[in-house]
Amino acid sequence: MLHIVNKSHAQTRSLESCLRLARPGHALLLIEDAVYAATRGGAASSGIAEASTRLKVYALGPDLDARGMAGRLIDGVTAVDYGGFVDLVAEHSTSQTWL
Amino acid sequence: MKKFMFVNRKAPFGTIYALESLEVVLIAATFDQDVSLAFLDDGVYEIVKGQNPKGIGIKNHAPTYRALEGYDVEKLYVERESMDARGLTEADLLVDVEVLSSTEMAELMAAQDVVLSF
Repeated sequence: MLHIVNKSHAQTRSLESCLRLARPGHALLLIEDAVYAATRGGAASSGIAEASTRLKVYALGPDLDARGMAGRLIDGVTAVDYGGFVDLVAEHSTSQTWL
Repeated sequence: MKKFMFVNRKAPFGTIYALESLEVVLIAATFDQDVSLAFLDDGVYEIVKGQNPKGIGIKNHAPTYRALEGYDVEKLYVERESMDARGLTEADLLVDVEVLSSTEMAELMAAQDVVLSF
């Protein structure tokens, strides 16, 4: 299962709900404002620091670049480009977007 | 002259709020009002250095914050609690700001004639 989250953890509870219901080994892709959750300074409070030990966590590179956050990505989270986004969707039989 | 405060609480690209706020700020400045900007919560991300939205197909409006000085908009305030919670410091910001505690920010808000929230 691939989980996709696009909202800031400081603005909505989407990420919190996703992390509560994602099973170990699942993949999580952070896009748009959700990429802040995987940055130093945000990863502890967002739960991503902890989640990255049980989920495969990815963040969309162009969204990190847009926000000036590319250099702040925490270890344990992998940046992917749009091609990588497509690969993740193709690799997983189901994907769920937490709007 | 009235005291206008624009309160920015959203990250720069996920919604249109940040850009809309900037546009209204410029309009208010044109009408020669006492304009100040407050950045709290995710709004602090609006003025982070190094933004490059080319890859997501959005115009980079961050340089506009640096141009506000030219419109005599020089009162930019950041709430320390919001900045600290995001692991950011003044050195990470692309404009000169005054960092205020929550209490100081609250007092400043209470002293305005008009508060517009984005």
